[in-house]
Amino acid sequence: MASNVTVTTVIFYVFAVWAVGSALLCITRSNALASALWLVSTMFALAAIFVILQAQFIAAIQVLVYAGAVMVLFLFVIMLLNLEDVPHDWKRWPAWVVGVGLAAVLGTTLVTLHSYTPARLAREVSTMPSPVDPRLVFPEGNALAVATATQGAVGSVAQPLFQGYLIPFEVTSVLLLAAVVGAVVLAKKKL
Amino acid sequence: MLLGPSLALSAVLFVLGVAGVLIRRNAIVVFMCVELMLNAVNLTFIALAQLHGVSGQIMVFFVMTVAAAEAAVGLAIILAIFRHTQSVDLTHINLLRG
Repeated sequence: MASNVTVTTVIFYVFAVWAVGSALLCITRSNALASALWLVSTMFALAAIFVILQAQFIAAIQVLVYAGAVMVLFLFVIMLLNLEDVPHDWKRWPAWVVGVGLAAVLGTTLVTLHSYTPARLAREVSTMPSPVDPRLVFPEGNALAVATATQGAVGSVAQPLFQGYLIPFEVTSVLLLAAVVGAVVLAKKKL
Repeated sequence: MLLGPSLALSAVLFVLGVAGVLIRRNAIVVFMCVELMLNAVNLTFIALAQLHGVSGQIMVFFVMTVAAAEAAVGLAIILAIFRHTQSVDLTHINLLRG
């Protein structure tokens, strides 16, 4: 069991480094097409991390919808506009000041977040005056593992989605319809 | 479990997305950085869904749907801007500047 956990951790860190490296390249490439492809790489690494975090169905959706459909839409628009390379695609110094400030905030956040454990989360929730029931925070952290073992990876997502979240799910279809109509209205030259 | 490392990775990706939005001028790249931020938040949801049950994953499902709708409408807006100004450089879009 111990070696098993270590292998999972190593794989997690490999994909974490992959995701961060791809994201860095995505925001620094001057060519928008290269940026988009590096973002696909980031999303793929994130899908692998989702599998490690026991979200197999969401990982598949991530590859299909995000890395597939949404990024193809981006690539279509980039190629449709036929943008040339801009060598200095950067804003001026005020943006950079904010960027350095953000990096400082990130440094402090990382030190705190990296030491987070399920036990610490449970302790904080149980001492906070929050509306969250402390019993909802499982110190063992196996709520999802139990659900997946009994219902399967898709079934454990589908059952609450179509029971507890049925109304939001249906509202989503209205949102998508509005988005389709809005995109056509905005992008069409003459209505 | 990997809760702490996942939250830390999510923070890194989110800040990279914010940095991209702040320093880039190409509207499409800025838009892709917004998608990166959405992905970072999805990672937080999924990391905590391990503890709290599957509701976090369902929230990610909805975030992805909204992101897809947002991408369609946003790219249509960028197309309209490009047709108007022949450029997607955000520093050239200053009609509202006083």
